[in-house]
Amino acid sequence: MNIKLKIWRQKNAKSKGRFETYQLNDVAEDMSFLEMLDYLNGTLIKNGKEPVAFDHDCREGICGSCGIYINGRPHGNDHRTTTCELRMRLFKDGDTVTLEPWRSASFPVVKDLVVDRSAFDKITNAGGYISVNAGAAQDANAIPVPKHNADVAFDTASCVGCGACVAACKNASAMLFVAAKVTHLAQFPQGRIEAVERIKSMVAKMDELGFGSCTNTRACEAECPKGISISTIAKLNREFISAKIKD
Amino acid sequence: MSKLDAKIPEGPLADKWTNHKAKLHLVNPANRKKIDIIVVGTGLAGSSAASTLGELGYNVKVFCYQDSPRRAHSVAAQGGINAAKNYKNDNDSVYRLFYDMIKGGDYRAREANVYRAAEVSNLVIDHYTALGVPFARDYGGYIDNRSFGGVQVSRTFYAKGQTGQQCMIGAYSALSRQISKGTVTMYPRREMMDLVVIDGKARGIVVRNLITGEIERHSAHAVVLATGGYGTIYYLSTLALNSNGSAAWKAFKKGAYFANPSFVQIHPTSIPVLNDHQCKLTLMSESLRNDGRVWVPKQKGDTRKPNDIPEDERDYYLERRYPAFGNLVPRDVASRAAKERCDAGYGVGPTGLSVYLDFKDAINKKGRQVIEDSYGNLFDMYHKITGESPYETPMRIYPAGHYTMGGLWIDYNLMTTVPGLFAIGEANFSDHGANRLGASSLMQTSGDGYFILPYTIADYLADEIKTPKIATNLPQFDEAEKNARERINKFLSINGTETATSFHKRLGKIMWDYCGMVRNEEGLKKALTLINELKEEFWKNLKVPGTGEELNQELEKAGRVADFMELGKLLVYDALNRKESCGAHFREESQTDTGEAKRNDEQYSYVAAWEFNGDGNEPQLHKEELKFEFVKLQERSYK
Repeated sequence: MNIKLKIWRQKNAKSKGRFETYQLNDVAEDMSFLEMLDYLNGTLIKNGKEPVAFDHDCREGICGSCGIYINGRPHGNDHRTTTCELRMRLFKDGDTVTLEPWRSASFPVVKDLVVDRSAFDKITNAGGYISVNAGAAQDANAIPVPKHNADVAFDTASCVGCGACVAACKNASAMLFVAAKVTHLAQFPQGRIEAVERIKSMVAKMDELGFGSCTNTRACEAECPKGISISTIAKLNREFISAKIKD
Repeated sequence: MSKLDAKIPEGPLADKWTNHKAKLHLVNPANRKKIDIIVVGTGLAGSSAASTLGELGYNVKVFCYQDSPRRAHSVAAQGGINAAKNYKNDNDSVYRLFYDMIKGGDYRAREANVYRAAEVSNLVIDHYTALGVPFARDYGGYIDNRSFGGVQVSRTFYAKGQTGQQCMIGAYSALSRQISKGTVTMYPRREMMDLVVIDGKARGIVVRNLITGEIERHSAHAVVLATGGYGTIYYLSTLALNSNGSAAWKAFKKGAYFANPSFVQIHPTSIPVLNDHQCKLTLMSESLRNDGRVWVPKQKGDTRKPNDIPEDERDYYLERRYPAFGNLVPRDVASRAAKERCDAGYGVGPTGLSVYLDFKDAINKKGRQVIEDSYGNLFDMYHKITGESPYETPMRIYPAGHYTMGGLWIDYNLMTTVPGLFAIGEANFSDHGANRLGASSLMQTSGDGYFILPYTIADYLADEIKTPKIATNLPQFDEAEKNARERINKFLSINGTETATSFHKRLGKIMWDYCGMVRNEEGLKKALTLINELKEEFWKNLKVPGTGEELNQELEKAGRVADFMELGKLLVYDALNRKESCGAHFREESQTDTGEAKRNDEQYSYVAAWEFNGDGNEPQLHKEELKFEFVKLQERSYK
């Protein structure tokens, strides 16, 4: 199939960006979206032009590196997908496809479609862990954990940190990311010990880094490639408010 | 004195590590903060080592090429992590785990190292559980286990088909805690350009900041490489696209021996190649073989849809050939068996290069929900890529380049032949012999980082407590930086017509055709010629756009491919030298009457450790004899 690509090009964080349009022919149906971009880049390089920079690595939906705003949606128009998992069979011959980087002041553009998501690491550093040193743990079966809690922990820990939730949110809120982490760790007796402190410090860091507030539009949930539920945000709010009342 | 002193402790197998630990020197807590350690890579090996060394109070610097340490390729491991807990009461033990690995590795691994990996496996599970890794549990709240290829017990801990991601998040969280405490400094988006060796000791690295292009110098009292494997040398592999062998290669060129480079695992269950633009093969976890049955039609070139082929016209060839292990034979055996059927004309799919992995019987027996709970995410992944649902149509699978058992040679203390340079996880060679068993990778890599390296590195550092901070303005740093700059400028100045990716693809095809699942002398010699020609062309006709002072992904690729051209030759030299078949290394000249790998223990029961001998020269072979004191060498049979 033949497609037209409108891609955001920006040399670096300081320069001004603009859309460039490219015509790409002979795109195969069973290509992945990023293979289509590889194909475009090969063509650009051969014609003496700069290839489009984009983050990617595992190409199987688990490392969380990739993230392109495609036709107005993070990771494109498919259910529960990362950009790398998106396939060209979802597009039609003659389509125009618009590609933009994540849009959030907290994720500044590095180049073209690459953004700086280190703010997520900073939030995790603020408390997204259980404080246990190597060698201190008891036998793994010493503390039984109800299957339901283990399943909730799994679902929330399947967050790949891609940032689609922030990109989807009109307030660029990182609430789903933070709520997933605190919900994950609170499922375990070991994780409950620091639960209140964790919430307070992670939320404070999120605010400090300029992410917006949650207004329950559920856009994050709709675009999360791992299907993390907005109910985690409700849980976070409940614990956050009760912690603040005690303060 | 030979550099190949493996330092394996004397004494009974089960006491070796305990006795060795008792003799290792320590660094007292007050001295640790004066000692700098560099860790390169943040997968399960790098993150676990860095966080643990941070907890102990060392001053740690960690580097990764990704934008966040959480994205290292350990994240993509699917099936599970082994441990000898015996939670299933099926008579598992440390010894049995050890024995399975030694046999699974086709008797080409060190007994003492393998036993130790099995010994610390239980601690690894305890630690991950405490960190909040949600291993699958039953309704009583206890942890569940499943079975994996090459074993007859259920010792694999898992988190659906996402065990790597879940363990990685645990390891990353522990690392984050140390970063927040200031014991660890994180340097993401950095690529190691060179190792700096001063007076014979590893003293630092030179890295390129991938965003600014700046070349940075970092010094330390010891350097730990946790940079993973080099399976992307085949271009099409199950690895992340940016995974590479460059750090290990730079270490090799600075004097670290490279062991068994040709031992590469070809994973049997990957989604087959769909088109010519494909750059990556997606793995379908080995755990699927617990419930999936592998088959091809009995009739050559059968074009009927799989569900239209009646039961008695299907050849469940693994169950037929290997009744004792059936669909759960080890990876190398399963891969070759698939290749054998496809080469004989029984393969399915548009290219004839795939076989079926069928869940129909399991769904009928256990119900769809149980299968969904175990493998749901893998089925979804498969569906997205191929457009077919494995609940309804059998999966199509084919082998793909996956894991490298070979790597930097290390002694029992995980130290390379360069003093002060350590290698852990997939980057080293020691624990998997000629073939790795499923779910042993997460186990070994985490064991190295949490419970082995932190002890053994102290033994080295105990002599370094009086060494002041290493200056970064020493001539060795000047030279490393100069070399890195010259190389970058060279890439940018060739200005040819072909991209790095295109060269990589061509190299990958040579490696796959002649140094892949099967090898022979003629093909390997041909590969050497072809690689030499390709390398020459690469340095004349490479095209890298842009500059070195910015984010330049083409420049990154060029460096990695340039190293792969050289590393590829080392793989071929190693495969040529080893005129026996063992594990994943299958020399056509050495097979049994039934087409199984035929070892030659008299001549090849050794680790081949290669020494760099100058650019353009053949590397020098050193042999570390493998002594089997506790296990009797046998033909490795899964029948």
